Amino acid sequence: MKKQGWLLWFIILITLISLLIDLCPSIDWQLGKSRFYRDLEIKKGIDLAGGAHLVFQADMTTVGKEDQDSALKAAAENIQRRVNLFGISEATVQTSQLGENHRLIVELPGVEDVSQAIDLIGQTAQLDFRELKPEASQSPPEVDRAAEAPPSAGAMLADYQPTGLTGKDLTRSQVQFNPNTGQPVVGLRFSDEGAQKFSAITQRNVGKPVAIFLDELPVTIPLVQEAITTGEAIISGEFTPKQAKKLSIQLNAGALPVSIEIIQQRNIGATLGIQSVQKSLQAGLIGLLMVVLFMAAYYGRLGILADMGLVVYGLVTLALYKLIPVTLTLPGVAGFLLSVGMAVDSNILVFERMKEEQRAGKPRKMAMELGFGRAWDSIRDANVCTLITCFILFNPFSWSFLNTSGMVRGFALTLGLGVLLSLFTGVVVTRTILMRTFTKEEKT
Amino acid sequence: MNWMKYKWLFFIISALVLIPGIVSLIIYGLRPAIDFTGGTLLEFQFKQEVEIQTHQEGGQGYKDIREILKEKDFEVSSIQSSGKGAILFRMKPITKEQAAIIKVALAEKFEEIPEEIRFETVGPTLGKELLVKTLAAIALAAGFILAYVGWRFKNAKFGICAILAMLHDSLILLGSFSLMGHFLGVEIDTLFVTAVLTILSLSVHDTVVVYDRIRESQRLLPDVPLEQLADKTITETLPRNVNNSLTIIFMLVALLLLGGVTIKWFVAALLIGTITGTYSSTFTAVPLLVVWEQLKSKKR
Repeated sequence: MKKQGWLLWFIILITLISLLIDLCPSIDWQLGKSRFYRDLEIKKGIDLAGGAHLVFQADMTTVGKEDQDSALKAAAENIQRRVNLFGISEATVQTSQLGENHRLIVELPGVEDVSQAIDLIGQTAQLDFRELKPEASQSPPEVDRAAEAPPSAGAMLADYQPTGLTGKDLTRSQVQFNPNTGQPVVGLRFSDEGAQKFSAITQRNVGKPVAIFLDELPVTIPLVQEAITTGEAIISGEFTPKQAKKLSIQLNAGALPVSIEIIQQRNIGATLGIQSVQKSLQAGLIGLLMVVLFMAAYYGRLGILADMGLVVYGLVTLALYKLIPVTLTLPGVAGFLLSVGMAVDSNILVFERMKEEQRAGKPRKMAMELGFGRAWDSIRDANVCTLITCFILFNPFSWSFLNTSGMVRGFALTLGLGVLLSLFTGVVVTRTILMRTFTKEEKT
Repeated sequence: MNWMKYKWLFFIISALVLIPGIVSLIIYGLRPAIDFTGGTLLEFQFKQEVEIQTHQEGGQGYKDIREILKEKDFEVSSIQSSGKGAILFRMKPITKEQAAIIKVALAEKFEEIPEEIRFETVGPTLGKELLVKTLAAIALAAGFILAYVGWRFKNAKFGICAILAMLHDSLILLGSFSLMGHFLGVEIDTLFVTAVLTILSLSVHDTVVVYDRIRESQRLLPDVPLEQLADKTITETLPRNVNNSLTIIFMLVALLLLGGVTIKWFVAALLIGTITGTYSSTFTAVPLLVVWEQLKSKKR
């Protein structure tokens, strides 16, 4: 009996936490110096928020086989940078490779002017090295050695002039480690022609900064410490390994430029998205109401208890969507609603079993225990197939021979989560609530 | 209740639903969406409702639109009214700039700038790839489910009958979409495939529950013939099967009638599958088992 009481409190606790998460738009805890912030908005896919889904094919003919991965990654990073500068928040850029096909999948939620965005993304990255104009060279700017361009450099951008050394002269960039200090550094390797140009630039700029511009914006402005004639340079600084990696990827965007071509596009107008949200909400509520009423009408008091389990199910699911976070698409909503319909399945199985046991003359409480026990095998077996299918549809390891479409994944994720959770609410929660009520009634 | 007396009636009902679908599948096949063939889907929304409504296929306004696009050298494979004041075009892949030309042409014709609510373009290579991926997913899912059924029942009789019931459901689903494709222009897209896979698992789900019951009864009452056990099992599991499906059907019907346009046929596919799945787990899977048993005892 003690175990039951413990479970009941556990369920109440989970429900309350979920309710809290469902109601709050964000978590913002201040604990001493450390601050914990977590956005709790439900993420909407482009079919609900409006926006564009774009697939680009990368042309790898000019890039050597061993560099193709780096080149694709660099292109993706560069697109992410551009869309961020364009002011699109929550844009996602994914890379995908299938055989010889290298692709970039870009999702831009809430974008109105897609043509402009496509133009912006479609441009090949332009990397070039710039030195200070002679008249500005007296006062070299404060150099921030981190990968981010220092804000103070923004005012000085006009002071830099092109040197004629561009991304074409750069063979590739790589993260290396300083053998003495173990610090991560970014290595540059130039082509023969590039080595000559770079040697000339460094010779005349010792002690001065040389800026590296990507798409007309500086990514790093290192100081030249000595003339470099070998064609192998190193940018050092207080890099974290992550910063070093990011900088080397950005430099690779210029060193290994790939041209990309759009091969798939899906634009959803914002109005259609808003309509879809409203309609599915309405449909969901009406469907839910019907399920709740049906359970109460058919199973009476037991049904009402199952409905309580369903409410817990709804609250916990919503909280999970916010925590994971699940990007909700229309098929995802359908998957969730389908799982609500299936969530009461385990209850129905159990209740029908209980009825039978009671008919066979067993006392109510024993009938309940037997009902849960015997129905459990069927419940478990029946849900295994749905879970397997969800697994294949969701394709968690992104196997390239299977689908990676966002819509299909959205459906599989919400349905799969729903089935797993409904096993908990349909069996554990309802059982505990039932136990409690029966025990109470017997005492009085 | 003596359900098994009517087992041939159940088979006839199945056949009545199955045959038109299979015939349609053979004659008309399925109508693949641009997901698989490559192409462009373009949808515009006008404020003036009445005007556009008359632009259904065959109407004068419909021909006007077709003429306009022909003048601009666009090859349109279909023009559809897709709701109040909305027109949906399907055509060979075009670029965003070309879509803008169409928009301008329509704006001139109707003296109103329409809102472009949907623009989807899929390159032809991508379509082929998706087809391959889809087939891989179906093969994998079917393989897993078969393996599971085989392991679960460790008995060819139960396993094969469960799979036959599953085939029954998927054929009805494919057949009905072939018919709807021919008469209503419904297309098969990635989401439809998703629905088929979900239905496969739901179909097995219900059959597992019923067969579990039969095997439990077989252990408890080893001397009772299978036919009587089948009757007993159906009487016991029918309320559960119907009730469970009803709750799913409530949800799906609400979504079909009130939910978003883009997932309408996806939900319809799930709904058809749920209904046939419920029917087949009781009225196909169990009679099949009984017939199997009878054939075996006749041979002896």
